[in-house]
Amino acid sequence: MSDGAAAIEVEELVREFRKGPRAVDGIDLAVSPGEIYGFLGPNGAGKSTTVLMLTTLLPPTSGRARVGGFDIVRQGSQVRSTIGAALQEAALDPILTAREHLLLQATLQGIGKAERKVRANALLERVGLTEAADRRVGGYSGGMKRRLDLALALVHGPRILFLDEPTTGLDPQSRAALWEEVARLAHDEGMTVFLTTQYLEEADVLADRVGIIDHGKIVAEGTPAQLKAEIGSPSVEVSPVDGGADELLAELLAGFGTPTHNGRGSVTVPLPGGEAQLAEIVRALDQADLHVASLQLHQPSLDDVFLAKTGRKLEGTAAETADEQPAPGARGRGRRRGR
Amino acid sequence: MDAELSAAPGLLEQIAAVARRSITRTLRQRALLVFPLLFPLILFAINGSSLSAATKIPGFPTRSYRAFALALPFIQGALFVAIATGTDLARDIETGFFNRLALTPLRGSALLVGQLGGALVLACIQSVVYLLVGLATGVGIASGVAGAFVLLALSILISFGFASLGALLALRFGTGEAVQGIFPLLFVSVFLSSSSLPRNVIKVHWFKEVATYNPVSYLIEGVRSLIITGWDSRALALGFGFAALLVIITLGLASAAMKTRLVRT
Amino acid sequence: MRRFLYVARGVGWRSIHNTLVSPAILLPSIIFPLFFLVAFAGGLSRLADVPSFHYAPGYTSFQYVFVFLQSAAFGGVFTGFAVARDFESGFARRLLLSAPRRSGIIAGYAIGALLRWLITGTVVTLAALIAGMNVDGTRTDLLGLLGLGILFNFVAALWGCGLAMFLRTEQAGAVIQMPVFVLLFLAPVYVPLPLLTGWIHDVARLNPATVVLEAARGLLAGSPVKFALALALLAGAAALLAIFARRGLASAERAG
Ligand SMILES: Nc1ncnc2c1ncn2[C@@H]1O[C@H](COP(=O)(O)OP(=O)(O)OP(=O)(O)O)[C@@H](O)[C@H]1O
Ligand SMILES: [Mg+2]
Repeated sequence: MSDGAAAIEVEELVREFRKGPRAVDGIDLAVSPGEIYGFLGPNGAGKSTTVLMLTTLLPPTSGRARVGGFDIVRQGSQVRSTIGAALQEAALDPILTAREHLLLQATLQGIGKAERKVRANALLERVGLTEAADRRVGGYSGGMKRRLDLALALVHGPRILFLDEPTTGLDPQSRAALWEEVARLAHDEGMTVFLTTQYLEEADVLADRVGIIDHGKIVAEGTPAQLKAEIGSPSVEVSPVDGGADELLAELLAGFGTPTHNGRGSVTVPLPGGEAQLAEIVRALDQADLHVASLQLHQPSLDDVFLAKTGRKLEGTAAETADEQPAPGARGRGRRRGR
Repeated sequence: MDAELSAAPGLLEQIAAVARRSITRTLRQRALLVFPLLFPLILFAINGSSLSAATKIPGFPTRSYRAFALALPFIQGALFVAIATGTDLARDIETGFFNRLALTPLRGSALLVGQLGGALVLACIQSVVYLLVGLATGVGIASGVAGAFVLLALSILISFGFASLGALLALRFGTGEAVQGIFPLLFVSVFLSSSSLPRNVIKVHWFKEVATYNPVSYLIEGVRSLIITGWDSRALALGFGFAALLVIITLGLASAAMKTRLVRT
Repeated sequence: MRRFLYVARGVGWRSIHNTLVSPAILLPSIIFPLFFLVAFAGGLSRLADVPSFHYAPGYTSFQYVFVFLQSAAFGGVFTGFAVARDFESGFARRLLLSAPRRSGIIAGYAIGALLRWLITGTVVTLAALIAGMNVDGTRTDLLGLLGLGILFNFVAALWGCGLAMFLRTEQAGAVIQMPVFVLLFLAPVYVPLPLLTGWIHDVARLNPATVVLEAARGLLAGSPVKFALALALLAGAAALLAIFARRGLASAERAG
């Protein structure tokens, strides 16, 4: 990330609101070209404030930041011509159609007349809105609005893309489609993406690197794998068929690590050696002739990272990011798709 | 920061694009167009007849109260233009659409002028309709055909001034409620003027004073003079003068507010 | 019946409570009538000098009666706005769910309208008295005037609630307001009926609101005219609009 010119460089950035909190409290970060950076945090953490500053819409109280090599305070217009942004509210005019939005945006970006139409059509096609292009946006679904929002951000071919909670409120299909498109932009077109999210899963799937922000401060940063590794190893939870066999089970598993009893007879033990140790456990259980009802592998998740760094759970997202998969079934869901 | 202007081709074209959108919005919200158009006409129809006894007051300047009353719709229409413009702009700010525009290389004042495009169209439509309704109901324009065009020009200028006022409120406060909240005040300022009776026949002293100090009186009297008097250079000078002043002040403040609102760096 | 009263009291209480705690609702409904009083009684007083203008107590009293009735009507109309808002916000659905006797809901809104108007009516009356209004009617006459106002308010509230329940959106505001506004202004607002000429004279002569206005002006002047007719008209309107409002409620119930 320090290899030459970073796409986004932030130093000691602070934003204080009058009569409000220090929404952003001295953050440092760097994003390399072509990278997807996931900015993860709960409500009110300071994500949108950071994005507004980096997109020149809100002056920082102090600190420095360069986007695309330009200073966000002194070279605002150069920054704006380098970036595309889809802000938190899908800021669309319900009375205009998608095509009209794109043409207006293209004109304001100073794109020539003939070129405007071509780009509008191409972008409509790309985000799958060709059919709905001449309908008023007021009648669009949430997912369609988000896709149009993305298309609008791309009109002038920016090198750096800011997406503020692009998938909040979308159903799983729309979300997956948007992820795919963002991944494609970064990996095929080399676009740098700065993406904020409240969803651990989103950061996990999509981001090359993740920064976790809480109360305006970055509390952890790294690749999802690094962050999880920092927290520790996966663990396995074993439930015997015979509920009374847990003592025997614990004794057996003590050879791998310190077992904990979960009640209902199941026992959990960490796997410092990683998932590879699973096979050894299965073999040991087999040899002891202990019949197992279920065997569950727990991967450490960004949720655990968040918990470890802040002492709190990221509310409301626990259910959909629970990183539990039945073992020994293969990791069928392919968590890190699209890379 | 100013280098962007030369780098952004076709500034005029960009203003036109913002204006086109503003006009499209205006024309597509037809329901919102009808009420402002109709309401002043209903009042005109009713008051034009109900108050015809007023022409019997000694010193009343014309024999037809309807001719006297025709000036009022132009001013009331202007108030509705102010509300419509302000509400539209406030909605853009509230939804964040404004931020989207702010991210383009467009300059604030250009953005403002473009946004006022819809207001201008609304003002033109209204003024022409009011004038035609007046003519259709038998009101003669004392200053003749040329006077009718001057009347339209004055009316549109007034509407533009009020539209900038609406824009100013929207930019300053950023909410539609703030814009609509001003409406009663505007409404009152129109009533506390020479809108219903000429100043020289208003009897209650304080009312007369208020109407004399109320600039709205001069806007109305400017329009009215073309209808009932003919070419009254004093009334016209005051009318155009106050209208121009209104435009200059509100537009100036609105562009300043636009700069603050566009705190982009 | 007890359940009806129970619901009516609850809805009425909420309606007046909302009015009192939010100046955004209360102030316009006080300021508008006051302002009309000032603009009409003050600005147009010269009209009383027109030959053959006859109203003994004077122009301020003449206009006061109009504004008094107008504020009564608008007290009812504004309640219609509140009903529409309640439907928009979903609060009305909760009312429909929880009220054991649903017609009590209409009565409750009507009570709210009345209480609200009593506030604005008092303010307008005080203002007119301060401005030097003459009152020539006896105490009984004035009671009659108050009665007309209350009935007028009730009629307007039934209209507003009924239509709001049919339409169930805040956009209904203009639709509720416009007919009342036009009806009122098609009466002899500025000068007595005989001084009106042309089409407005013909319309005003047929306008039921004219009867109510003339009756009310007669009471204030101490020379009652058409009082019984005005009462009968208002009672008839109330009966018809009560059915209308009940239908509106039924339509809201059907829509869920
Ligand atoms: N204009 C403002 N004035 C005052 N305080 C503000 C303003 N904008 C944001 N804040 C405060 O700054 C903090 C950070 O807000 P921000 O919008 O950046 O959070 P966020 O991480 O984007 O949250 P969310 O997930 O809800 O979008 C919050 O406490 C918020 O209340
Ligand atoms: Mg946010």
